[in-house]
Amino acid sequence: MGIESDLFCSNLVRRFGSNAAVDHVSLDVPAGTFFSILGPSGCGKTTLLRLLAGFDRPDEGDIHIRGARMNDVPPNRRPVNMVFQHLALFPTMSVGDNIGYGLKRQKVPAAERRTRIARVLEQVGLPGMENRNPGELSGGQRQRVALARCLVLEPTLLLLDEPLGALDLKLREQMKIELKHLQKAFGTTFVYITHDQSEAMVMSDQVAVMKDGRFDQVAPPEELYREPATPFVAGFVGDNNRLTGELVAVQDELAELRLDDGSMVRGRLGQSSPPIGERVDLFIRPESLVLGGDALRPDYSALRASVTATLFDGANSRLEADSAGQTLYARLPQDGSAPRLREGAGVQLAWDPMLARVFAPGAA
Amino acid sequence: MNASAGRLSLWLLLTPFLLWIVLLVLVPHLQMLRVSFQVRESWDTLAWGLEQYQNFFTESYYWRTFVRTGVMSLFTTFLTLLIAFPIAWYIARLARGRAKGLLFLACLVPFWASELVRTYGWMILLRESGLFSSWLQALGWADGPVEMLYNDVAVIIGLVYNGLLFMVVPLVTTLDGMDENLVEAGYDLGGSHLTVLREVVVPWAMPGIVSGCIVVFMLTLGSYLTPILMGGKDSAWFTGQIFTQFITRFNWEQGAALGVLLLVLSSLIVWLGLKLSGQSLRKVMG
Amino acid sequence: MIRSVPRSRWFDGLYLAYLAAFFVYLALPLTVTAVFAFNDAPFPSLPWKGFTLDWYLADGSGGRTGLFHDDTLLSALWVSTKIAFWVTVVSVTLGCANAVLFERLEFRGKEFLYLLMLLPLVIPGVILGVSILVFYSGMANDASRLWGVELDVFRPGMTLVVMGQVTFIATLATLVIAARLRKFDRQLEEAALNLGATPVVAWFTVTLPWLMPSIFGAAAMAFLMSFENFNTTVMLTGSDTPLTVALFNRLREGSTPVLNAVALLLMVGSALLAVMALGRSRDSA
Repeated sequence: MGIESDLFCSNLVRRFGSNAAVDHVSLDVPAGTFFSILGPSGCGKTTLLRLLAGFDRPDEGDIHIRGARMNDVPPNRRPVNMVFQHLALFPTMSVGDNIGYGLKRQKVPAAERRTRIARVLEQVGLPGMENRNPGELSGGQRQRVALARCLVLEPTLLLLDEPLGALDLKLREQMKIELKHLQKAFGTTFVYITHDQSEAMVMSDQVAVMKDGRFDQVAPPEELYREPATPFVAGFVGDNNRLTGELVAVQDELAELRLDDGSMVRGRLGQSSPPIGERVDLFIRPESLVLGGDALRPDYSALRASVTATLFDGANSRLEADSAGQTLYARLPQDGSAPRLREGAGVQLAWDPMLARVFAPGAA
Repeated sequence: MNASAGRLSLWLLLTPFLLWIVLLVLVPHLQMLRVSFQVRESWDTLAWGLEQYQNFFTESYYWRTFVRTGVMSLFTTFLTLLIAFPIAWYIARLARGRAKGLLFLACLVPFWASELVRTYGWMILLRESGLFSSWLQALGWADGPVEMLYNDVAVIIGLVYNGLLFMVVPLVTTLDGMDENLVEAGYDLGGSHLTVLREVVVPWAMPGIVSGCIVVFMLTLGSYLTPILMGGKDSAWFTGQIFTQFITRFNWEQGAALGVLLLVLSSLIVWLGLKLSGQSLRKVMG
Repeated sequence: MIRSVPRSRWFDGLYLAYLAAFFVYLALPLTVTAVFAFNDAPFPSLPWKGFTLDWYLADGSGGRTGLFHDDTLLSALWVSTKIAFWVTVVSVTLGCANAVLFERLEFRGKEFLYLLMLLPLVIPGVILGVSILVFYSGMANDASRLWGVELDVFRPGMTLVVMGQVTFIATLATLVIAARLRKFDRQLEEAALNLGATPVVAWFTVTLPWLMPSIFGAAAMAFLMSFENFNTTVMLTGSDTPLTVALFNRLREGSTPVLNAVALLLMVGSALLAVMALGRSRDSA
């Protein structure tokens, strides 16, 4: 770890006018990691990636790749390759020439080039496709060619700029898994940017959630999901319900809130305690909400709500309910344990306070 | 790319452009304008004056030809648009697959021959000893040879022929890009053929129409071979007078003045056309 | 009016008849010209006297001189070819530079310069010729009269013809190449840099191959336009007459089937060039 990591950045800043697109970002990616940067569009993740690739220069801060400072190295001299958002396969060249392009620039002899192209095509599952035209390939195949074109150069670092965005849903699901396997097989360090949290969650070892040019949280996917460090992460990663109320008491790490209709609920504090009396948000995941009143444990928090709709979506089926003007979603288990609910029926929604998170709004 | 390399490449690319525009377009035209205000007093003395322009307005032959050329060019342009539009529509919207490509290619064929060859072809067809005349006689519809060349109708036939390609291509290009749902929506909302054409199709095709009209108008106004070779004694064309001044009379001052007038006329009409149709030169040409 | 909107049958019939008439109108003059290149008669008119290749091959002994023995026309053909060659080279080079200038660089006054670039399209060809004649030939006259310096390049002749034609053909070449460059995905260049190419190598290995079809198209167009141009050329030509001017002079003396023979040759040449350019652009599109 540290400066000798495959990628190490300290306090990177890139400003456009008075607006900092990348605002004091530091990151440390050890070798062999699948590192994702997740954020909504306009959060600065593409700018960050272009800084790493060398298409843009930071105003402040340093970029180190395996200990070497990269700030003044032009893009064609960096041990970094990139899979572009729209892949950028050269339309005037065959698949083989596309993959051989970088090797040719390194003056690799033709014979060796051919064997390396053949080998990498095999590794990405497209054996013998050298003479095809990129235009004749399917979306998934083009994806793999773009990947092979970079991997054949054995880069220290592979940057991926939302490469799955253009694929249809089903292929995207498939490619997600395939990318992860390929990364493990090649052992190359991947830096992957996306706005799709499911891509980030499925593939990554580490995910950085980016917002307004800064990293909100850097953590493995599961920690991000279970222990969001900020209200933005809690709301952005995975589905979440948000209840707003006034903080009335703090006991150990549990906070007690009074919602606007007077009901009292509890959740775990996500960070240092805000002052009593402050307005705070409580986040609770749909799958943490339990339906029904009988089997309620005494330490659970509960709310009365009325059903507004049931949304059937297989394993993701949900119940939409209204509690004093706040909409809540609860997961409806499809194993037959869920009660049959009609619209307008009253229902009790309860949760283990340890699974709920409480933040002061706007806390970073 | 750093800043100094950027400046260097800018100047490297800007230099040929400026040389071309300044030395081949701007300066020669300014010089032509200057010469048009010169009056030759003897073989080597020149004075400033408006004599060349006075000649134009006092000699009725000049300005009549001028007006005639302008009016006939406008008429030819309009006629070309009328003839080309259904063709372009068919190619862009009704023909499919191979037929589409072939028909489009067929429209380009006349372009493979120069204006001179095309005019020559029409002369072979239309003149007294020409094919049409022979056919009419063979069919018994005419008793003797019929002269169809050397009149205004012949000139217009030839001019329209020259312009068609330049009208069809931009029309096909714009009509091709039109979403058919637009037309369907027009009918769906109760439009008739005519209202859909007027309110949906024509506004959509406007850039193509204007660009085609400008090119055809410029070509027609500036054409020489067709009106000279196919026109009769009375069908003088303004370019012909410019040629006469330069080539047979060596009166450059008068020729330059006539040239400036032709340029003013063409710029004025192109500008008017752009204003009236609400288009810009950049949009229709670039 | 469109496929999905029903039309009446007579409307369809009328439309098709119109189409047919239109294409007859297009084809007729050229077909007739081509056919009469082979009529065994001294005038290109009916009746048909039988097939002959005299108008190409006759060597003058039988009172007929075919195209391949007509020195005036052959030398005019050669002059036209030389002119067209230089016009193509200069126009396409200018077109490439201009396309990059207007599509890739940002500078002050770009919009204005772009309009200047389009200007030659709205100037009649005659005027382009006249203005260049007045300026350059006038300059040569003045230089000779005032200082006794002979600027023969600026006298009417090949150089002036090339200059005059380049004036507007360069604009057309620019438009063709710029249109293609506009469709170029700049990420491709970044990808090349990313894979280790220097900016110059990236330009030659990625951008230029992409532009190639449009460069061939622009070159074919420039060559044809130059070869066929009359209006600008006639003002600027000197003693070595290009083909269109030579043909025009012949035509005024009266028509002979040799003119048809030249016309057919030109049509075939143009068609071949056009097909070649088209084939090229289809290969790599």
